[in-house]
Amino acid sequence: MGFLHRHRRLTPYLLLGPGLAWLALFFVAPLGFLGHQSLETQDPIELTYTFKWAWHNYSDAITTYHTQLLRSFEYAGIATLIALLISYPLSYWIAFRGGRWKNVLLLFIVGPFFVTYLIRTLAWETILADQGFVADRLRDLHLLGADGRLLATSTAVVAGITYNFLPFMALPLYVSLEQIDQRLIEAAQDLYASRVRAFLRVTLPLSLPGIFAGTLLTFIPAAGDFINAQLLGTPNQAMIGNVIQSKFLELTDYPAAAALSFILMAIILVLIGIYARALGTERLTG
Amino acid sequence: MSANAEAMPMTRSQSAPAKVFAFARRHVLTLYALLAFGYLLLPISVVVLFSFNHPHGRFNYTWQGFTFDNWVHWDAVPGLRGALEASLEIAAISSVSATVLGALIALALVRYGFRGRGATNLLIFLPMSTPEIVLGASLLTLFLTMNVTTGFWTIVIAHVMFNISYVVVTVKARLVGFDRHLEEAAMDLGANEWTTFWRVTMPLIAPGILAALLLTFALSVDDFVITNFNAGTTVTFPLFVWGAARAAVFPQINVVGTAIFAVAVSAMLANVVWQNRRARRLA
Repeated sequence: MGFLHRHRRLTPYLLLGPGLAWLALFFVAPLGFLGHQSLETQDPIELTYTFKWAWHNYSDAITTYHTQLLRSFEYAGIATLIALLISYPLSYWIAFRGGRWKNVLLLFIVGPFFVTYLIRTLAWETILADQGFVADRLRDLHLLGADGRLLATSTAVVAGITYNFLPFMALPLYVSLEQIDQRLIEAAQDLYASRVRAFLRVTLPLSLPGIFAGTLLTFIPAAGDFINAQLLGTPNQAMIGNVIQSKFLELTDYPAAAALSFILMAIILVLIGIYARALGTERLTG
Repeated sequence: MSANAEAMPMTRSQSAPAKVFAFARRHVLTLYALLAFGYLLLPISVVVLFSFNHPHGRFNYTWQGFTFDNWVHWDAVPGLRGALEASLEIAAISSVSATVLGALIALALVRYGFRGRGATNLLIFLPMSTPEIVLGASLLTLFLTMNVTTGFWTIVIAHVMFNISYVVVTVKARLVGFDRHLEEAAMDLGANEWTTFWRVTMPLIAPGILAALLLTFALSVDDFVITNFNAGTTVTFPLFVWGAARAAVFPQINVVGTAIFAVAVSAMLANVVWQNRRARRLA
């Protein structure tokens, strides 16, 4: 510590060093290797890879898999919207009506997510199963045809995604709602704003950082997800994650998988940029 | 000013329809919240319930009868115990390592002004905004290129990597409200830097550190996507479930899932109680 005292200006770098080195080695460098791999071509017989600046991997990937790409962003968008609609009133209720039970109520949101992701999704498979309780009751009520299915539909996949990423939406929303000074809302009402108007002009704008963080934290993993489509859907519901994972782990078509990974990442970054600009979020996140 | 002051009492006494509206609104919201809680808890109840199921055949999808057998013989399924042990070992090593690395970064970011702060923040933010599948795939590419055989330690490396950012965010949130004068006071009273760190700084950020440990442990035990890419022949609990989901779903999987859930929720409850006590003691 005496050394640190004599070299105070070095201290932050010493603290940062090990962690950032880890991220550089195992996050940044791998992305570089992935980029390199995305420009390789595969020898179809020898199954070896050579680097050839093969930009056509990207255009090939888009032409072949644009359906799955579009579907990923469609599912992720719908799931994010539904998660917002479910979470906002819930987080609002806990933040403003929770009183001294707030932390316990939060446990109800976070708790379910300590059941392993895959087991949660398998539980939805059980709930939506063809011979399961819910499907049977819906058939009794003629809401579902005799051979109608809940499982293996787009609805099932979107519902699974919504469920699995809900806490990523609810927690940031709660944090931003909880920080709101109640007196501001009272002040708005004292100044003759109706409750609706006070909500729209005071509460909602003040919770924008939470909405911003929540939608991003939900949308990003949702767009790259493949587990819900795999367990609750059919190949007709395959998302880009399914394609990437099977190309990497089953077909060993590494260049195409790498190109698809970069396309996915690029689209997400562009969407974040547009979204941040639309919400005017530079001041919100800074 | 005076006009406003006179108007104040009027807004306080609400008209009858407004009261009805307020009453309805309050309860609509409560009902909505209860429904949402029901939705959140439904799959969990299914997991817990089916851990007591007595299934005939390979799949545990329909209710066949109540039994404690699955709990008593929870490791009757070959490979389950080993997978769980691997998961817990990986989670222990990776959560402690990531918490140390991440807490140091958080300290540097909050306490020191230095060149490259923006770049550091970006480097912390990026792994969280990259889809897991890309993180997993790119690490696999690295290991393949370097001819590293994937297995236990490559999973640990991967888990430390994705956990660091979560630690930084969690500990930073705790450090932002931190009063530096407390440390200066300790030093003025003759404590050296080492003593000051352990007697003043550490106790103040301890809740953040503990929260980060719990969070990263949970994220590690739960991770499937990144692990799936970098596991080689090592089988963690989520990988075991994935393999089982294709062939046969054993009720024992629900038993282990329920147990992990119970432990995690107890740990979080204990943390909440501890924080409340601390807050009361400090207040």
